[in-house]
Amino acid sequence: MATTTLTPQAETYRRSWVLDWLTTVDHKKIGILYIVNSFLFFFAAGILALVIRSELAVPGLQFLDVKTYNQTFTMHGTIMIFLFVVPVLSGFANYVVPLQLGAPDMAFPRINALSFWLLPLGGGLIFTGYLFGGAAAEGWTGYVPLSTGQYASGAGTDLWLIGLALVGTASILGAVNFITTIFKMRAPGMTLFRMPIFAWTVLVTATLILLATPVLTAGLIALFIDRNYGGHFFDPNAGGNPILWQHLFWFFGHPEVYIVILPAMGVVSEILPVFSRKPLFGYRAFVYATVAIGLLSFSVWAHHMFTTGKVLLPFFAFMTTLIAIPTGVKMFNWMATMWRGSISLTTPMLFALGFLSMFLIGGISGVMLAQPPVDFHLQDTYFVVAHLHYVFFGGSVFGVFAASYFWFPKMTGRRLNEGLGKIQFWMMFIGFNLAFFPMHPLGISGMPRRIADYAPEPIWVFWNLVSTAGAFLIAASILPFLVNVVATLINGERVGDDPWEGNTLEWATSSPPPPYNFDRLPPVRSERPVFDLRHRHDAEHLAEDHVPLAPPADAEGNVTGQPGDGEATQ
Amino acid sequence: MSVDAPTTVSASMGAPDAYSPHREAGMPTPLVGMLLFIASEVMFFGGLFAAYFNARASFVGTWGPPNEPLEIMPIALPITIILISSSFTMQFGVWAIRRGDQRAMRFWTAVTLVLGVIFLIGQAYDYSVLGFGISDGVFGTVFYTLTGFHGAHVFGGTVGLSILVARASQGQFSARNHVAVEAVSIYWHFVDVVWIALFTTLYFLR
Repeated sequence: MATTTLTPQAETYRRSWVLDWLTTVDHKKIGILYIVNSFLFFFAAGILALVIRSELAVPGLQFLDVKTYNQTFTMHGTIMIFLFVVPVLSGFANYVVPLQLGAPDMAFPRINALSFWLLPLGGGLIFTGYLFGGAAAEGWTGYVPLSTGQYASGAGTDLWLIGLALVGTASILGAVNFITTIFKMRAPGMTLFRMPIFAWTVLVTATLILLATPVLTAGLIALFIDRNYGGHFFDPNAGGNPILWQHLFWFFGHPEVYIVILPAMGVVSEILPVFSRKPLFGYRAFVYATVAIGLLSFSVWAHHMFTTGKVLLPFFAFMTTLIAIPTGVKMFNWMATMWRGSISLTTPMLFALGFLSMFLIGGISGVMLAQPPVDFHLQDTYFVVAHLHYVFFGGSVFGVFAASYFWFPKMTGRRLNEGLGKIQFWMMFIGFNLAFFPMHPLGISGMPRRIADYAPEPIWVFWNLVSTAGAFLIAASILPFLVNVVATLINGERVGDDPWEGNTLEWATSSPPPPYNFDRLPPVRSERPVFDLRHRHDAEHLAEDHVPLAPPADAEGNVTGQPGDGEATQ
Repeated sequence: MSVDAPTTVSASMGAPDAYSPHREAGMPTPLVGMLLFIASEVMFFGGLFAAYFNARASFVGTWGPPNEPLEIMPIALPITIILISSSFTMQFGVWAIRRGDQRAMRFWTAVTLVLGVIFLIGQAYDYSVLGFGISDGVFGTVFYTLTGFHGAHVFGGTVGLSILVARASQGQFSARNHVAVEAVSIYWHFVDVVWIALFTTLYFLR
């Protein structure tokens, strides 16, 4: 019974294509649903970004009134963060992690489907604000008192609160599922320290989601009660405290930053070794650095609140600066992985390198903002906008595109066109820097964020125009991507099961994988089981040829253990 | 043997005998899921408690309801005792099914369900006689929000208990197969612990 090899036909029965996708509990289909849904929200929020940048292209109010402008940047930020970057990475995790663990599915497939379907529901509710007198308009952080009934009386903010609570619940259920899957569903031999780094980053991310998101939910509920049932959580006139919102929001919000970046780091850590033809340098150090970032992320939230005057500046500045250490460890690991590697500059590798360089800039500006004297100057200026876009876009979104190009052959059996991919990368890379680098000088020279108009200072006029041009170049870079996806799906190059010569278990099955994932699993003796499988004959020969070079402890000449041992003795 | 031949496994049955059957070892998967869910619930109530203590710490004047002091009798203490007792009856049910005693398990689960419903009725009655509402000062807001969300969790627990009683009536549990009973019992104990923290905070810490 345990050795029965199933055929794909044995697991499927006939039903319509639409019903199949609507009712699926297969982690791979749910993963694709997550990714497609997230990209739709990405395009919607991207159009909002173009609206913002068009309004800001030149001084003066062009075609938006102030209220509409507020709604636009609020919806842009909310949708990008909660309905694009987080779920799209969950989508890749959903598709890839069970495969990487050698598991047939997630631990709770039906809860997995629920987690997904709450997303379009929650995102839809947030958008329906436009139909009921205007969407939420307080920024993605929803600060009180701007978001109280007194200043935001419309239904848009209530729908924003409900929608975010649903999206948060979806993430929590997803996190329960990921952690349980990782602890209970690993294949024989797949110890925790043989897990692919992407699975590790998903584990730490899921833990952060599990512990941080409920605090946001509590805050959302408190604000909802204040707005609708006469509550006084944030009302100083009745004993409440408006700063409480910031504490609840950022206790979630700062781990959220790592929720967004850690899986992207995991993606990059899968891609760099494959295209450098080397194992990841310092696997354990990388794991410990990931865990350290996760732990530290819960002690840094008030660095968003330095200027409130209500937080302990030295503590939060110190803890925040500490995060640079594990992040630096990772940077070192990535560079050492590429060092003297046999690097091939494929599209996923280009996006991974884009991640490395842009995330480095975002990380450095983050350390700058962590210093209270600097932060007091730069709080709520465009410098903060530049920083967060270098981390979210230069980091996470480049990671998302790296993952898209890397795992597209796994999902479809076809590789995206490399030429179009490289065109997209360079357009996006240049557009990104044109759009967001000028925000550094804009912020340092005092231009405030979230304001629809600005003074016609020559330096502000110049940099804003550059930034707007960059935004449109980013938007244009999406076109080759869309063309690429459609053309590849219709008539793409079929590249077999393992086009990149990958290391991890997802490449040990067919592309796309059968519904139950694996007919056979290779033995898992290292964090690179598919590499071991591909090179096992080399390893055997190597072991025979080099017996004299084997460690002295092995006096009888029995070279045991792992294929890597033969190489290590030279 | 530097590398083994590929190991064949099936989709649903996990590992062959040469390896330990990984999915059987350790805590059952549904219990892991329940414990993780409870971890998130701890953080949710943590957020609400943080709101409570934040309001309490910055409050000027006498902390408590606007007009009359919060009375522990005649309702709050009795329903507290009832809810704590229900944790014991729940555990008797778990111990019963671990022995394989389905009848005792069904009896104790039903008793737990009744105690939970009595708690909810008592809380609703308490709400109806209290002289303040959710909009009466920040105390009214935190009082009704915390007790209300706790009550909602008790209600969720009674739904789970009802399902257990119904399934037990069909003989679905045994000494080997009763993970749902264990999961609901953990949840019920958790809800009980939240109430103990909440009761202590509201009525004793003041």
